[in-house]
Amino acid sequence: MNSPHIGHEHISKSYDVELSRLIDEIVRMGRIAAEQLASASDAMSLRDSELAARVIERDHSIDALEQEVSHDVLRLLALRQPIARDLREILTALRTASDIERIGDYAANMAKRSIALNQSAPLPPAAALPQLATVAGSLLSEVLVAYRQRDAVLAKQVWERDEELDRLYTATFRELLTYMMEDPRSITSCTHLLFMAKNLERVGDHATNIAENVYFLVHGEPLSGERRKGDTTSSVVSPNS
Amino acid sequence: MTNMNLAVAAALNVTTPTTQSASTSKIVAKDLNFYYNGYHALKSINMQIPEKKVTAIIGPSGCGKSTLLRIFNRIYSIYPKLEAKGEVLLDGENILDPRFPLNRLRSKVGMVFQKPVPFPMSIYDNIAYGIKHYEKLSRADMDVRVEEALRQAALWDEAKDKLKGSALGLSGGQQQRLCIARAVALKPEVILFDEPTSALDPIATGKIEQLVEELKTQFTITIVTHNMQQAARCSDFTAFMYLGELIEFGQTETMFTRPTKQQTEDYITGRFG
Repeated sequence: MNSPHIGHEHISKSYDVELSRLIDEIVRMGRIAAEQLASASDAMSLRDSELAARVIERDHSIDALEQEVSHDVLRLLALRQPIARDLREILTALRTASDIERIGDYAANMAKRSIALNQSAPLPPAAALPQLATVAGSLLSEVLVAYRQRDAVLAKQVWERDEELDRLYTATFRELLTYMMEDPRSITSCTHLLFMAKNLERVGDHATNIAENVYFLVHGEPLSGERRKGDTTSSVVSPNS
Repeated sequence: MTNMNLAVAAALNVTTPTTQSASTSKIVAKDLNFYYNGYHALKSINMQIPEKKVTAIIGPSGCGKSTLLRIFNRIYSIYPKLEAKGEVLLDGENILDPRFPLNRLRSKVGMVFQKPVPFPMSIYDNIAYGIKHYEKLSRADMDVRVEEALRQAALWDEAKDKLKGSALGLSGGQQQRLCIARAVALKPEVILFDEPTSALDPIATGKIEQLVEELKTQFTITIVTHNMQQAARCSDFTAFMYLGELIEFGQTETMFTRPTKQQTEDYITGRFG
């Protein structure tokens, strides 16, 4: 059981038990989501449709945990009247559960698309995606460590590294555009790859959200400064512009 | 079966027989009416207090919650012109029946009041005093009982070196825990708390609430409180009363997240005008 506080326990022991349970649920959700992301990436690079099917099925367990978190947050807010750090702890759990649930959805979506991709021959641009997945996976893993350890410094590092993922995504986007233009028969597969790459970029955004949540939890203030945006695909006119 | 019986049974996760089994309810009020000098203070109360759980009774001033509590140990009987009608069953026996021995009732049902009322004697004697009325114990056995009671009330560590000292020298929170020790020393089955922390600071209040959480493994506990947040924090079941009637009874989590009666929701959200 994680101890959520550096410092003293509550006079009410059951309050500590309930808070620890909430944090445990988040940690478990995060662990499953990280495993799902890695499995979805493997399913894609190994062209393993059975592994992909297992990823899709396992997404239910993340959804179920999010329901538990929502219930426990409601219960804690109603019955404990949390304030100060306790309140931030509970709100952070609610927000973080939502971010992790979306990451789970993206992993499942990638798995679905890799099953579709496996119906056609492999394409060279697909080779770029595992690297995207590795970076996205490491952002998620590190921010989950930051959450468990209430480490705002580590959280801020994750927050800053999202730009790296965004740049990788932009490069992949251009590469896929180029490939589609050169060989229109590849459009269907490349479109799947585009969405999968976008999913991974969104995983990074959600990891950044969690980083901001952790920073707020520790300091009681939002992470200041503009989020660095390395994703410039929305202004792309041609692959080389 | 009444809706309230069904709610309690569902909350306790038991199947519902035609009549509620005594093993799940410690105290059952059946069509209980109470009159102060002709004033109808409690109106047809039907309520079941679950065994070895904490039940909180909340409601605005004058709703009858303290009145109801005081019927559970018939403390009203020392005052004239107070009359109860209906039944209150303790383990299936009607305690309102004049033939039910009062001292037996008081040994089974203890009470802790809002204002700590230690006797003007030593800490040790405060606890021994009540026991002596019921049991003849050797000095050694009494020492054991006093220590046990003080431990149960989470007061032993603070009191063990001054058992012969006056109870009046304790702080307010300690005095209240002494009163709880005094109550548990008689090995009751039920403990009634009437606004037990109204006179205490937040830390002392927290310690009493934690103590209640520990005591419920051994005793059935009923707390009357005007502090709704206290009911939310430390009870398993909550009863909401208004103008002498029981409006709603249910699991505390349900009462504070999705009460079924609009009146209940208005009261707990502070919309009561």
